[in-house]
Amino acid sequence: MILDSRRLHFAYNGTDILKHIDFQVAPGELLAILGPNGVGKTTLLKCINTIHRPRDGAVLVEGLDVLRMRPSDIATRVGYVAQKSETARLTVFDAVLMGRKPHIRWRTAPRDLQIVEAALRHLHLESKTLRRIDQLSGGELQKVCIARALVQEPRLLLLDEPTSALDLKNQIEIMRLLRRVVDEHGIGAVMTMHDLNKALRYADTVLMLKDGQIHSYGPTREITAEMIETVYGLAVEIHHINGYPLVIPREEAIH
Amino acid sequence: MHFHDGQIPEEYRRYVGRKVVFLIILTILLALALVVAVSLGAANVPIPAVVKSLVGMETTRQTEVIVWNIRLPQALASMLAGAGLAVAGAAMQSILRNPLGSPFTLGISHAAAFGAALSVMLLGGGIMTSNTVGAVQITNPWLTTFSAFAFSILAAAAIVGVARLRGATPEVMVLTGVALGAFFTAGTMFLQFFADDVQLAAMVFWTFGDAARASWREIGYMTAVTLAASVFFFANSWNYNAIDAGDETAKGLGVRVEWVRTSGMMLASVLTAVIISFLGIIGFVGLVVPHMVRRVIGADHRFLLPASCIGGALLLLVADTGARLMLAPHVLPVSILTAFMGAPVFLWLIIRGGRT
Repeated sequence: MILDSRRLHFAYNGTDILKHIDFQVAPGELLAILGPNGVGKTTLLKCINTIHRPRDGAVLVEGLDVLRMRPSDIATRVGYVAQKSETARLTVFDAVLMGRKPHIRWRTAPRDLQIVEAALRHLHLESKTLRRIDQLSGGELQKVCIARALVQEPRLLLLDEPTSALDLKNQIEIMRLLRRVVDEHGIGAVMTMHDLNKALRYADTVLMLKDGQIHSYGPTREITAEMIETVYGLAVEIHHINGYPLVIPREEAIH
Repeated sequence: MHFHDGQIPEEYRRYVGRKVVFLIILTILLALALVVAVSLGAANVPIPAVVKSLVGMETTRQTEVIVWNIRLPQALASMLAGAGLAVAGAAMQSILRNPLGSPFTLGISHAAAFGAALSVMLLGGGIMTSNTVGAVQITNPWLTTFSAFAFSILAAAAIVGVARLRGATPEVMVLTGVALGAFFTAGTMFLQFFADDVQLAAMVFWTFGDAARASWREIGYMTAVTLAASVFFFANSWNYNAIDAGDETAKGLGVRVEWVRTSGMMLASVLTAVIISFLGIIGFVGLVVPHMVRRVIGADHRFLLPASCIGGALLLLVADTGARLMLAPHVLPVSILTAFMGAPVFLWLIIRGGRT
């Protein structure tokens, strides 16, 4: 297992936010965390790389407890793509090079630069090498953020709503890219999402949170309309078009 | 995950090369400015004689005295102050993620002025003498310096303390700094209100930042602190870059954001406190130089911090030389000129637009 969360418990100001969270991620697995606003999806993601420190339980990445690791050691195993895009005036190359930070001691080595170049090529960003990131489109910027997480050479990738600020074409591009990265490199990935259709189409497994606990967790194909209805409080139907699941709200739920 | 087949892009090599060339040019300009600054003054020393004296070759007794006892200490003091204030400003702007971050805007200078005023008023540091050129001198400079330093550090500690209580966010630090600035300004005004003529003059005189105040001993202290702090800031370049990308991204990269903020803030404050305690308040350098340099060399702290250091040294050296010469035989304190130059330059940077 790449990730093993054991009875993870997180509280903030005495209020329990997450309770008894148990789940695993295998190599080559893309897991989507779903649930309504404020249920703790992002909090769960941040507990995995200790941006938030869980009150109880354990988070094992390749068998090592991240709660006992130094932040820089965690960062050599876990890449994180935050939801908020940034505005720093760095070039694409330097912004991605920053992902080598956990590996850099005093100064960058030629190998760091070579890895960045390979990653940019892998993500078809090589023509943007010296473009400033505040001049990129939303989709390009998201790719840069993913590239930065990839050059950390992580075993596990965490993404906080990776497609939320993007148009449809870019949403599909980013999801395809994630799928490709996870499949080709055999890493694990966990993403929080609002878009049920993208989650059901691209993820291998889905974890749905309700009231700070896991409501349902399993392979994407096992997710039912009833589960979604209970979690989101909205009646839905799941149709299959061209073999892909499509979640649509029921007529009576809209009116 | 492995990316084995990478090649360093030629265009990136050239891009980095241009930044290195800029740093080298800046350093050469600084060296030239130093020679010219030492040569210019009431008694002109020819440039070849200055170079000879600086490299240790034999010159006249008069040249030696002018170069080593008068001009070089002042030139070095202004360079050190410029370098230190600019690098502290660049670090603060990054740590606070605020383009207005500087020792001046965070109340540290105000606290130093209050400390100096308190020393003049209560601790007996304020008896003044006039020397032959009409300048006013505080007779107990060490006491005043120490008091100014102590209050700067107190202000910095208060900012860091509040940040520890409420979370080391930029907003908490900036707002605390602004509040402290107002508090210490009020304190200084209170002291000035009750001061007699002589004390009042001494208090006001102290706030005029002037590189001529430093002797070799003080230059030694300033060098040590500026060097140590600069090395610390340079070593943290990647951390500052990461913080620029957002706290969460930085944490995801393994950066201890709160620690980097707190330690950087404290060290920038100590550096500033040392400089202004010895020389008085020199505004705008810490604010303007990083913005000017960022326009040319970009926001990457690996280059921005050293360039701010050298650029700050160059700017303050030129300003100090200008201040010495422009109203000769009167010698202006450099702080008056930096504020006069700094404000319009800053306005120009704002009007030129773009994110600074």
